[in-house]
Amino acid sequence: MTNSLIDFIMKPWPWWFSGTMIAVVMFIITFFGKSFGFSSNLRTICTLAGAGKKVKFFDFDWKTQSWNLLFLVGTFIGGFVAKNFLSYQEEPVAISEKTIERLEQINFAPPAGMQPAELVDWTNVVTLKGFLILSIAGLLIGFGSRYAGGCTSGHAISGLSNLQVPSLVAVIGFFIGGILMSHFILPLLF
Amino acid sequence: MKLVRFVLVGILFGIIMAKSEAISWYRIYEMFHFDAFHMYGIIGTAVTIGAIGVFLIKKFKLRDFHGNPIVFFPKDKTYKRYIFGGTLFGLGWALAGSCPGPIVVNIGYGYSAYLIVLVFAVIGTYLYGLLMDKLPH
Repeated sequence: MTNSLIDFIMKPWPWWFSGTMIAVVMFIITFFGKSFGFSSNLRTICTLAGAGKKVKFFDFDWKTQSWNLLFLVGTFIGGFVAKNFLSYQEEPVAISEKTIERLEQINFAPPAGMQPAELVDWTNVVTLKGFLILSIAGLLIGFGSRYAGGCTSGHAISGLSNLQVPSLVAVIGFFIGGILMSHFILPLLF
Repeated sequence: MKLVRFVLVGILFGIIMAKSEAISWYRIYEMFHFDAFHMYGIIGTAVTIGAIGVFLIKKFKLRDFHGNPIVFFPKDKTYKRYIFGGTLFGLGWALAGSCPGPIVVNIGYGYSAYLIVLVFAVIGTYLYGLLMDKLPH
């Protein structure tokens, strides 16, 4: 009994458990009197760096968001804990056979761990192409999430849970962009 | 010190994101090809339970732990910003294979290359603040 529970936690979690736990996190934050949205932290970091002196959008009291920055610190620790204390070893992500075939067509090896070496291995990151991919991805994520007024947590989870039509529009946008990238742009890049 | 509770919830969230494999580029690539149910199951479960919970909070006018009424702020009823901003975000999400939360989780997990994504996400946010008055919203 105890062993199977430990096994459950140490192996990759099933979707139904993960989804339930995300809702639990959202409700804990709600009961703490805050609203769940991660990308707001990117704006707060700009404010901390002094952007509020030049750009009005960043001129706000960052202390109102200090709880969210602490949440960010927690997510970093959570990633470390999951890898080092809550997993037997880093397992290849069990994606579908069909996806592995698609990866082959863009010259990606089947998964060996959580992330593709083609993108995150430093031997690739320090090439011009590798660096541009990660930096442009970052620019799009930062610019797009603030333009849309939220990211996956704010729109797809909190917004849809509150039946917000604007959030549904944002999520449709996420999929337009994601499908364009995965189906059409990635094959051109690799 | 009372704010430590937010670090603890953050740790829980980071663990969930990593253990669910939602931080994996492969899972995002698979999702945008509609090859597997995994990511849809995660988001669908979270939203279903979330919607029931939000409904109950509103119906029973529940209060937060400070004793204040829980309010949900409706999003602005405009659409351009959501479709344009959302599309740009989606392009970045599928390229990095990670949305903002998981970027930070990945760094903690040991994938230090995501530091570059994080730094440029902050720069991207700054550029939005700089250009927002010129953009359709």
